[in-house]
Amino acid sequence: MSGIPHDHYEPKTGLEKWLDRRLPIVGLIYDTLMIPTPKNLNWWWIWGIVLAFCLVLQIVTGIVLVMHYTPESTMAFNSVEHIMRDVNGGYMLRYLHANGASLFFFAVYIHIFRGLYYGSYKAPREVTWIIGMLIYLAMMATGFMGYVLPWGLMSFWGATVITGLFGAIPGIGPTIQEWLLGGPAVGNYTLNRFFSLHYLLPFVIAGLVILHIWAFHTTGNNNPAGIDVRKGSKEEAEKDTLPFWPYFVIKDLFALVVVLLVFWAIVAFMPNFLGHPDNYRLANPMQTPAHIVPEWYFLPFYAILRAFTADVWVVIAAHWVSFGIIDAKFFGVLAMFGAILVLALTPWLDTSSVRSGRFRPMFKSFFWLLVVDFVVLMWAGSMPAEGIYTNIALIGAAYWFAYFLVILPLLGVLERPTTPPATIEQDFKATVKAHAKKSGPAPEQIPAE
Amino acid sequence: MIRKLALSTLTVAALCTAPVMAAEGGHIHDYAFSFEGPFGTYDRAQLQRGLQVYNEVCSACHGLELVTFRSLTDATGPGLDPDIMRAFAAEHEVPDGQGGYRTAGAPDHFPGSSLENAPDLSLMAKARAGFHGPYGLGINQLLHGMGGPEYIASFVTGFTGQETEQGGAIFYENAAFGGNVAMPPILSDGLVEYSDGTEATEHQMAQDVAAFLMWAAEPHLVQRKMWGFVGVVFLVLLASLLYLTNKRLWAPVKDQAKNS
Repeated sequence: MSGIPHDHYEPKTGLEKWLDRRLPIVGLIYDTLMIPTPKNLNWWWIWGIVLAFCLVLQIVTGIVLVMHYTPESTMAFNSVEHIMRDVNGGYMLRYLHANGASLFFFAVYIHIFRGLYYGSYKAPREVTWIIGMLIYLAMMATGFMGYVLPWGLMSFWGATVITGLFGAIPGIGPTIQEWLLGGPAVGNYTLNRFFSLHYLLPFVIAGLVILHIWAFHTTGNNNPAGIDVRKGSKEEAEKDTLPFWPYFVIKDLFALVVVLLVFWAIVAFMPNFLGHPDNYRLANPMQTPAHIVPEWYFLPFYAILRAFTADVWVVIAAHWVSFGIIDAKFFGVLAMFGAILVLALTPWLDTSSVRSGRFRPMFKSFFWLLVVDFVVLMWAGSMPAEGIYTNIALIGAAYWFAYFLVILPLLGVLERPTTPPATIEQDFKATVKAHAKKSGPAPEQIPAE
Repeated sequence: MIRKLALSTLTVAALCTAPVMAAEGGHIHDYAFSFEGPFGTYDRAQLQRGLQVYNEVCSACHGLELVTFRSLTDATGPGLDPDIMRAFAAEHEVPDGQGGYRTAGAPDHFPGSSLENAPDLSLMAKARAGFHGPYGLGINQLLHGMGGPEYIASFVTGFTGQETEQGGAIFYENAAFGGNVAMPPILSDGLVEYSDGTEATEHQMAQDVAAFLMWAAEPHLVQRKMWGFVGVVFLVLLASLLYLTNKRLWAPVKDQAKNS
């Protein structure tokens, strides 16, 4: 499957040969599991497995929850409470599903930032990156619609605010909003279609995940050194790589269990920490929560949405240039979607010839500033949109766009990267030796077994 | 019943206007409840006292319609004897589905609110967050819990005595809420008589009813924590085994890299 030379599956017995001529599925599984993987992958490469686990967890718990849930606006809230009270283990199922969404997004953000740091988006992995971004978009849609299903107060107002974003598009906006909602305002028809789509989209994500894996199995994994596996011969490739099974499967499983340990403790001991108390109140169109806040994983983009108020000069300029078509509200919507768009376009915005941030001294500082910026935006998104908070959000939003649109293109020209190691084998040796020096006696002092 | 009627008439006038939404910044006292922390469980005697306060005081206006009578026998909850629970249920009437009322039985739910503007209390302990973390980060909640029962206990004891008349209705200032509310102060020392001999002070009743409402909102809290321990022990074991497996698996690869 991948361009890296390696052993392929050879059917041996009569039955295997018979099946292989008709459906080469064993060979496909073998090649997928035995993919040559760069030896030097570090612990930041474990989040893919965590994400795959999250998708399965959400689908399995979700399917069981649906057996007891009623997607009807007068019954939805009580059916969720029925799950919490009367269904065997229902409280665990629901808390796993609700917190599972948080783990899913936590993992995807680390996964994305890992890709940004090590240049995983660069040629030849642009398609992997784009598919990943589509998965992220589908995750956001699924997460948002899932939050509406319990029909709590925040569900209702979250749905009103988010669909209102589409209503801000000049001209066709209100029509789009009504089409999304299924009626003039959030109601039973909205709940029905959100439920339908919330059930559908995870399977779309599963399909995209297969494409995502297929794409990087074709190009091979990126790695912390950002250099290519030698592909001259099988012997050469084997010096740089190890088969995915068992080396990386066991490593990833260990990391997954450690992550699940923390996750399980959160689910069992503080399951409502990441939720909002207002969602334990029934949806009510006559009652607005004091602050309408989305789930934590939307907060950075929510902050960008609210940062561009009518008194910001770019908004005034856009308003003037577009003859009043672009007002502050629409500008905010454009900025929010733009913030995700620039992320998707990173492969073409980064002009540096070196992949890994490890060898880019200036890039490193800007990257870590972006991570800080993301966290600050998340915090600003949770605060009321007034006073100092909108200013902080505005600075944060400005840096977000500057990073992708100005800093990344310029750095490729201005920066002098250091020299990456010649081979992955060398990088791996250097890492292992450095680690051995730091911990414990030198290798020659360890008695041979 | 007479007390209930008296309380109802007292409050019905005050409640004809919808209560204002919770304002931030009220003072919430951090009570030490038995069910806090990973090892915390419900105190059965306290839940039974809280049930009594709910039944004799709160239920005059408020409902508890998500809670079933049968769940009162839960061993990790109030743990009522089944016969006592059935007798308790029989004191209540529920709609019979044909426009009339019938005597409630074990599988029935508590009645809903009898006053339109008195919210149902089934989920109140989870629908209020008593603690707001510093700078919106929620760190407080990480250490002290969400503070729902603390909010309830602080609320029912938080009346300052200040009254305001507005549009013909009287509003009562509440320190926990941080503003005026339509609900009048109800609790006073000795309002109920506890059968277990506990002195029914205002603060005792407030904490008891808050604990009971926490159970009403999260009846499976103890089982959930139990699963938490089973899972954590199992995962620690699994993680240790996988750590050793991984170390052993990679040892030859790393030795080769070190020695070349």
